[in-house]
Amino acid sequence: MSGHGPEEIKKTVRTYLKVLGVLVVGTIVTVGASYIHFESMAMTVGLALLIASVKAGFVALYFMHLIDEKKVIYQLLGLTTFFFLGLMVLTIWASGDKPMNTVMP
Amino acid sequence: MEVPYTVENRPDTGLYNAKVGIWLFLASEVMLFGALFSSYILLRVGALEGHWPTELLNVPIGTVNTMVLILSSVTVVMAWASLKLNDFEKFKMYQLATVICALMFVLIKSYEYRDKFTHHDVVLADGMRVDGHLVEETDEYIVLSHPVSYPAVKGIGYRPTAIKEAEHGDDHHHAEDRKIMLADIVKRTTWGPWANTYFAIYFTLTGLHALHVIAGALVIAYYWGPGSKMWKTNPEQFTNRIEVSGLFWHFVDLVWIFLFPILYLL
Repeated sequence: MSGHGPEEIKKTVRTYLKVLGVLVVGTIVTVGASYIHFESMAMTVGLALLIASVKAGFVALYFMHLIDEKKVIYQLLGLTTFFFLGLMVLTIWASGDKPMNTVMP
Repeated sequence: MEVPYTVENRPDTGLYNAKVGIWLFLASEVMLFGALFSSYILLRVGALEGHWPTELLNVPIGTVNTMVLILSSVTVVMAWASLKLNDFEKFKMYQLATVICALMFVLIKSYEYRDKFTHHDVVLADGMRVDGHLVEETDEYIVLSHPVSYPAVKGIGYRPTAIKEAEHGDDHHHAEDRKIMLADIVKRTTWGPWANTYFAIYFTLTGLHALHVIAGALVIAYYWGPGSKMWKTNPEQFTNRIEVSGLFWHFVDLVWIFLFPILYLL
């Protein structure tokens, strides 16, 4: 975070409290949405992950100060995102070869 | 020898070294949890239709724990902001609040774990499965409270469905207590990580996360207590240390934000 003057910090503190509100509302919406019955499982999973991603985004941007960070951190996280997405895509890609019946009665 | 760039920024990165270090560490943590999340995906999509357990975890308790962790994320960043505003007393207050939140999270999680470890699941010789909390055990029999019974072939995850069926008057026992003779039991287990792959991945993911909570809480508690002496000798380096420990704590919060819906709600 680049701006560290007292006024800047006081303004940031107000932002933290707003983000707290967003996270609390996000959690309530997540729980509420789980009671909605969607026809497709993909829709249910997609909605839950979308809300979780929005909440995670607020934490990363404001609490972890990624909204105003140095270039080297973005480069590092870009590389991490690439490998993380690669891991997930490869997993989903390999789901055709998935081990069947992973939960035995 | 003095460790360089603990306060001033390195000319090439524009950051003090500890900050680059913690982000590199967090990048490795993303891959660690990513590997476990991908394991979860494979287990989930590989389970036979209707065999992946749902509704076995307590959603209200999980929601409270989520709120506790969110609150701790705010207190940890407020502690750092207080130091930036030169208010050491407020820093101490927020830092202590974070430690209390961490303890609450671990205590609530321990309660949930205990609930699962004392939940017994038995398969009877007649092909039925009975599960419930163990209230009494002798050499001849066990007594389970709030037992639910259903065909063993249905699997552990069938319990919530069996309860709903019992409420609609179907043929499932849902009495207050049930005495089961040991001679009638073919297989007996508890809802630990050994019960099935659902509980294995649940305990692995939440257990690893809980270890991170404990480790983070220890560091934060240290800087609230003995480590806070540094504020008098080197306030800038101390503030940087608080920022770095805070970044780790936010990551712990981020992981839980995804764990909660995946394990409790889906």
